[in-house]
Amino acid sequence: MSALPSVPLVTLDDILQRHSHDPTRLLQILIDAQQIEGWLPAPSLTRIAAALHIPRARVEGVAGFYSFLYTRPVGRYRVLFSDNITDRMLGNAELLDALCRKLWIEPGKLSEDGLVSVTTTSCTGLCDQGPAMLVNGRAIGQLNHRRINEIAELIRQQRPLDLWPAEYFRIDDNIRRRDALLDLDMPPGAALTAAIARGRDGWLAEMQASNLRGRGGAGFATAVKWASARNAPGAQKVIVCNADEGEPGTFKDRVLLNSFADLVFEGMALAAWAVSATEGFLYLRGEYHYLRPQLEAVLASRRQAGLLGTSILGQPGFDFDIQIHLGAGAYVCGEETALLESLEGKRGTPRIRPPFPVIKGYLGRPTVVNNVETLAKTCLVALEGGEAFAATGTAQSAGTKLLSISGDCAAPGIYEYPFGVPIARILEDCGASDTQAVQVGGASGMCLASYEFQRRIAYEDVPTAGAFMIFDGTRDLFDVARAFVHFFAHESCGFCTPCRVGTALLKGFMDKLADGHGAKADLNDIDWLDRLLKNASHCGLGSAAPNPVIDTLQKFRPAYERRLVSLDFEPAFDLDAALAEARQLTARDDPGAHLKTHEEEEK
Amino acid sequence: MSPAPARKLRVATTSLAGCFGCHMSFLDIDEHLFELVELIEFDRSPLTDIKEVGPCDIGLIEGGVCNAENVHVLREFRRNCKTLIALGACAVNGGLPAQRNHLPLSECLREVYQFRPGIANGQIPNDPELPLPLDKVRPIHEVVRIDYFLPGCPPSGPAIWKFLTDLIAGRTPRLTGGLLHYD
Repeated sequence: MSALPSVPLVTLDDILQRHSHDPTRLLQILIDAQQIEGWLPAPSLTRIAAALHIPRARVEGVAGFYSFLYTRPVGRYRVLFSDNITDRMLGNAELLDALCRKLWIEPGKLSEDGLVSVTTTSCTGLCDQGPAMLVNGRAIGQLNHRRINEIAELIRQQRPLDLWPAEYFRIDDNIRRRDALLDLDMPPGAALTAAIARGRDGWLAEMQASNLRGRGGAGFATAVKWASARNAPGAQKVIVCNADEGEPGTFKDRVLLNSFADLVFEGMALAAWAVSATEGFLYLRGEYHYLRPQLEAVLASRRQAGLLGTSILGQPGFDFDIQIHLGAGAYVCGEETALLESLEGKRGTPRIRPPFPVIKGYLGRPTVVNNVETLAKTCLVALEGGEAFAATGTAQSAGTKLLSISGDCAAPGIYEYPFGVPIARILEDCGASDTQAVQVGGASGMCLASYEFQRRIAYEDVPTAGAFMIFDGTRDLFDVARAFVHFFAHESCGFCTPCRVGTALLKGFMDKLADGHGAKADLNDIDWLDRLLKNASHCGLGSAAPNPVIDTLQKFRPAYERRLVSLDFEPAFDLDAALAEARQLTARDDPGAHLKTHEEEEK
Repeated sequence: MSPAPARKLRVATTSLAGCFGCHMSFLDIDEHLFELVELIEFDRSPLTDIKEVGPCDIGLIEGGVCNAENVHVLREFRRNCKTLIALGACAVNGGLPAQRNHLPLSECLREVYQFRPGIANGQIPNDPELPLPLDKVRPIHEVVRIDYFLPGCPPSGPAIWKFLTDLIAGRTPRLTGGLLHYD
């Protein structure tokens, strides 16, 4: 992606042609069309709607849903600072201000010459090498003042991104501890050969014996999911790899896709073998767009080697291929049914289940949606057998787990542990000291206080999709919870009222406390909102949104209480200041022209 | 009808930035008014013309908070009423008067008092007798603590009757189905 496409290299017609005028590819078409001018002008949306024979409103609806699609002009350089709590702890706010000052612009606003805009975005998955940013979709980590100065200069000189120093775009894997998966050195096709030798039934039986459970967080038994899809009526079954790794603090899938892509694609083929699926999709989050060329190269070499395509490894009837679909900045698309909607070119609104995707998924076809790590792990099952796989870990959690470790520790990065590892052991290994709390499983996960550090990573104790953010004694857990609440309010898809309104209200209360207007009554209202979100939301985003508040209110309550200025009620705004404009208009300053902030002062 | 409480409950009502439509709807409980006066007595209310609110069991507030006087009245109600209720859309959300929140106050006042066609040498009133308007119209729960919300524009007579009888009988008021249906 070049920064300054002064002459479009492709036309809208080319793009529509390339996507066969297929409405289910609408999101991909919009992502590509945006390359022409950097944003999506209204006439382009109209033309796309006409060409695909779909209503203009649907195109507009999709374009308006995704954070990385722009229906208004944006800068030729679009700078998005990653705003996870770990980026904040590394000082991203100060760097954002510094960059804006140097470029003479206000955060969130396009510069008058249309050159540059600078704002924030949700976690970009570089928590181990933050603070991080995306410039025109390309990731830059390890920001500091020197780098910010250089970037400001490059933007002022209008230097194309391709000519920026390559080291900016170097993303490290930071693998700190290897176990079964990361130690695996497997020639492409070895696992598939083993599985094919067992036959489809035999392979599914191995998977059943392995007790492998989904690594995306929910922990559903993978073999059960595969068997359901296999037995579901309907042809043209689908395997989807969920690489929409949006949970704040998680970045293990980025590392797997960067350095172990063959294992992931092999896992998809293994799933296809078990399920008799013919079509595969890798749904790649927009933030990892930069991985696409190398992933396409891996796919090409696998096709060359007969590991994708028709009659895979000479097996008649084993036809399966994989294509990559891009996301465009929507956390909710990590939810599997929202992801399927997005794959079909729609807004990422979660579906009502049942029917489950294994029965009715992508375009109504039986569909298996698995996490990146889950699929990679199936290679181990194929190579070593189900029983060997089940021998590590705990009773209900077989195998190992990749943890994305960030925050206050000496060695952030990727750690692979057998399930059952205690929190305290992990903290010791990564060089964390004076640890006050650990947020396991990301914003929607659990906040553990120091008295819980003997607990273990496992589905039966502390389940996790992989995020592990560490907060030492200098951190304020209220700020942590507030950052997560802001995240959920931003990422709510807006479909159901409890989540859309509830997350906004919760954000309002957290901001009220942060702004020094907190009252005991607010804590009651927060409790009520927590219950409402948990019980009434349409999908997991809304029901998980209050988790950080529920946990920190229970375990770090003084962090809230010290912010209370009233034990009863306190307005969120200054009443006397609310009269200032009227005072000015009437030139009054008599006692009746003022209001005391607190009632007691009035009497 | 639930058993009557040992003594009559004292109820105060007022309309702040409202249209008295909720009070009119209150009167729409019709013959239930006879039952009601067996259970309650009114303190400050447009129905009694008592000017100052005294200690009460229940306060009903219609309308949002648009000026300094509204703030004083609302605070007085909060001080005196054990249970304070936001009655109707304006009290709950700011309602129709809050439509001015999208405009700067100065523009609203100048438009009305200075630039309106037919006005010569107009001036924004500045008599100290007049309460100053707030920069934004606020729902009442943003100014004092509110115990219950009774939505509707206006809430229907049956909704108000159900709400009050629940409250008087010691049940947590809860409107369901048709009573929360406005059109």
